[in-house]
Amino acid sequence: MIRINCPYCGERDHSEFSYGGDATINYPSLDASEKEWTRAIFFRKNIKGFQFETWHHSNGCRMWLVVERSTVTHEIKSVKPCHPDLQKVVENNK
Amino acid sequence: MKAKRLDNYGKINRDKILSFRWDKKNYTGFEGDTLASALLANNIGIVGRSFKYHRPRGIFSSGVEESGALVTIGSKDRRDPNVRATTQELYNGLEASGQNAFPNVNFDLGGINNYLGRFFSAGFYYKTFMGIPPFEWGRGTAIWMFFEKFIRKAAGMGSASVLPDPDSYEHAHDFCDLIVVGSGPSGVAAAIEAAEKKLDVILVEQDNLVGGDQLAENDFDNSQIKNQLENLGIKIMTRTTAFGLYDNCVVGLLERVTDHISAPKVNIPRQRFWTIRAKHIIVGAGAIERHIAFNNNDIPGVMTVNASKHYLNRYGVLTGKRIAIATNNDSVYETAQQLSEAGANVTVLDSRTNFEIETNKSFEIRKGCVPYNINGSKKIVSLDISKSENINKSETINCDQVLLSGGWSPAVHLLSHRGVKPKWDYSNACFLPSDSKENITMVGSSRGLWNKNDCIASGIAGTTDALNRLGISKTNYFFPKPGGWKNPIQPLYEVKYKKSRSKSFVDYQHDVTTDDVRLAHREGFISVEHLKRYTTLGMANDQGKMGNIIGLSLMAELLNKEIPEVGTTVFRPPYTPVSIGALSGRNVGKHFRPLRVTPMHQWNIDHGAKMIEVGLYQRPWYYPKENETLSDSCIREASTVRKTVGICDITSLGKIAIQGPDSTEFLNRIYSNSFSKLQVGKARYGIMLRDDGIVMDDGTSWRLAENEYFMTTSTGEAAKVMSWLEELLQTRWTDLNVNVTSVSEQWAGVSVAGPKSREVLNNCVDDSLVVTNNNLPFMGVTSTFLKGNIPCRIARISFSGELAFEVYVKSDFANTMMDLIWENAKKYDGCLYGLEALGALRVEKGHVTAAELDGRVTIDDAGLSKMASTKKSYIGSAMRKRGVLKNNDREILVGFFPTNLKETFNAGTIVCEKNNIKGQGIGRITSVTYSPELGHWIGLGFVKGGLDKWKDTNLVGADPVRNKQMNLKVVSPHMVDPKGERMYA
Repeated sequence: MIRINCPYCGERDHSEFSYGGDATINYPSLDASEKEWTRAIFFRKNIKGFQFETWHHSNGCRMWLVVERSTVTHEIKSVKPCHPDLQKVVENNK
Repeated sequence: MKAKRLDNYGKINRDKILSFRWDKKNYTGFEGDTLASALLANNIGIVGRSFKYHRPRGIFSSGVEESGALVTIGSKDRRDPNVRATTQELYNGLEASGQNAFPNVNFDLGGINNYLGRFFSAGFYYKTFMGIPPFEWGRGTAIWMFFEKFIRKAAGMGSASVLPDPDSYEHAHDFCDLIVVGSGPSGVAAAIEAAEKKLDVILVEQDNLVGGDQLAENDFDNSQIKNQLENLGIKIMTRTTAFGLYDNCVVGLLERVTDHISAPKVNIPRQRFWTIRAKHIIVGAGAIERHIAFNNNDIPGVMTVNASKHYLNRYGVLTGKRIAIATNNDSVYETAQQLSEAGANVTVLDSRTNFEIETNKSFEIRKGCVPYNINGSKKIVSLDISKSENINKSETINCDQVLLSGGWSPAVHLLSHRGVKPKWDYSNACFLPSDSKENITMVGSSRGLWNKNDCIASGIAGTTDALNRLGISKTNYFFPKPGGWKNPIQPLYEVKYKKSRSKSFVDYQHDVTTDDVRLAHREGFISVEHLKRYTTLGMANDQGKMGNIIGLSLMAELLNKEIPEVGTTVFRPPYTPVSIGALSGRNVGKHFRPLRVTPMHQWNIDHGAKMIEVGLYQRPWYYPKENETLSDSCIREASTVRKTVGICDITSLGKIAIQGPDSTEFLNRIYSNSFSKLQVGKARYGIMLRDDGIVMDDGTSWRLAENEYFMTTSTGEAAKVMSWLEELLQTRWTDLNVNVTSVSEQWAGVSVAGPKSREVLNNCVDDSLVVTNNNLPFMGVTSTFLKGNIPCRIARISFSGELAFEVYVKSDFANTMMDLIWENAKKYDGCLYGLEALGALRVEKGHVTAAELDGRVTIDDAGLSKMASTKKSYIGSAMRKRGVLKNNDREILVGFFPTNLKETFNAGTIVCEKNNIKGQGIGRITSVTYSPELGHWIGLGFVKGGLDKWKDTNLVGADPVRNKQMNLKVVSPHMVDPKGERMYA
């Protein structure tokens, strides 16, 4: 079982979270072209090793998180809020 | 075999006699016995029949590795098959029987298979019953399906009860710093060391007593260790198996709570499934003694050496009178001496020629000797032995028992669950655990330590390792070197006697012989993973705990390789079988999934509602009067709504509060239609698309104030929409000042629909002016009070196509609201209506729900192109224009009438052209209802090209599943009041 250290709630089972997806995608603006959107939505790297991915603490504080997880070992290197303002709050409270 | 109970041996409680039944006969045993020890004490040698050949099988071991004594415990709804007699504690009234035998294990008609054995080699069934190529190529599956049921019946284990399980099971959770698996010398030493260093420790032991292999020592005092552990505050969990290790030091445990009790209390679960979250894991799971493959090495009376030591010293049972011990290592000599002291005539055959061992000379040792054949069928008569260098008949010795020790295999299973491959150790002829990067430390004989002092030292070292890894200490430590015997082990896996055709077993439980392994090699199944699947070696309940290494060594020999080059199969959880009941825990029957009810749930039932499940929600389905059927009731309810007024619980809709200065901009981005000009006091129907341009959900948003909206979503998509909005705000549009809050549970909602709905509401609100056509026009919203000063929100929204309102109050006021509106609706001959009538009303109007918006449909497909703004960009606006979504042959929403209006059809019907009824046709029907307004059946669905293409064509509805076919015509989806005159009234 993966355990994720939620910055707000503490370390919890992965069953409290929902997997989001690739956290490194820069979604284009809404008026961007179909081509740009196609790239953002359908093209994914299949990474062996550490990747940044989003998780939603759906059965907890409802925060969206960026989790740095190894796809090989499930080892988690870092967890931080997706929202930059929340990131600052977490940093300041350290 | 001539086993008997000895008076002055064992740790059983002889004051407490327990009676039990074995194969319909009564026997007795003592408290502290296992079923196996009690059977042995009663000199019962045959306890089962083998999987394939139906050969008589006895008790091979004293623990979880048992591959012979698998029995069925209990009867009727508590019948539990394939239980290891060696781990089943005896209780008063225990009922057990042998398996895979008819009429019984002593005389089994299936035994004929043994004589046909040369045909039943590996892969026999598949080769024979898959058909003979090339004549039956392509037909093999059908042939196999026919024969399979007969084969399954002949070859098998016990049969499970088909009745509902009367027992309850529990899931439990715990946390600790350190979990220690196994309470042998190493585990206990590790636990004590850790507890003294102030760690929070859980000690898990699969046996009912702590002590591990020490329980087989005649002078071992179990209670002293238990007290010491308890005094240190260590949580001891006995009868609990750590069946699997998972990521982040999570350990799965199965606690057998009542499996040893004759009449457990009903409020106690049978088993508990534990999830332990630890910071470090120490595994002292011990080692398992291997047997040796030679002819007829499965005759009842064959056992591992260590098992007989357990039976002697723990249970007071001497398992034989004339005992031959075959070995290749030092571990057997203490046992040999104790057996001979207990009165047995013992001969040790040691395959090694040059070694020194100290004994009291009470038994004979034959150096350089191995057994190659057992004589006897249901019991051992004698043993043929030979010189180890050249297998040839030299002598036959009389004996009634043969004990085997082909070396020891450390229990590396749990570490293997974490993907850590064991490494072969030549000097100890076994796989040893490799180091893990995770916080897992192996101690004791599971890291190949054969003497007690080394085990204790390794336990302490293991805890030091844990403390270091946890950052608590920085202490140097070292583990003792693997091994510990005075003389080295000499590898011995098989004694091959070429002049005989008798079977020589590698895996007792699945009847895998040395010849099967050779056959697999001849046929090219040389990878260990192929070998395993082709021969089923190591695939039974015991998962090859005894026989795997023998199979590997044979394959290595055939390939002219060393064992490590051949490799080993990966052990996966569970270590020992886990019952399905424990996995499901309390999540059975009506607790299978959570139940959601609306605040007026009881009110609905009290007013005659029949309920239906919608997702997790219970919603009113229909409100039958007297003898009404579903259909009668639905027609009456829908007609009443169209004629006067009806009220319906719509609380299950998702409700989201959207607040903040950028709320309007936010809604404008997520909905396909524009929200920028929505006035305060108005609501708007909106459609959300996914990034890829497909419809995600539809609903309404009400502008309550400049920066405040109240959004409703469909029942099924409520959670998804909420997560989606949060994702957008937290990951993509972090500059927007918007807050979203789920308020689905906080508001109770009701729909009041029908021409008389305004008059009804007029009587319900404090200020009758608020619901007039002027004050509350179509899509108008107001916050006001129901009579009794109950704050409420009312919007004039229609799903039914009639003049209609949605009224929301705080959930606490749900019943009061229902009473109030229902009292007034009755005055207008109104009704309560359920989901069935709601469905009929919306299908008549061509309003889409989840049945239509199934994740494949675009706005255009749903005929809602007008809802897609051309003046702004929004989620999905770029992608909805991509080529495949713009094809001319997309399926478009239409209505369907049967050509013969008296006919009916069903949702799921495939729409086809008249002379081309095949495949997926040209469309499908998604929703069907009887229309009270039109007086016949109607449907909603999709057809390629839509209404324009098929308006005047006769189509066919094919329903092959229900064996139906009917003529259809395509009509506009707006089948009743297409101009919406009623809605705007």
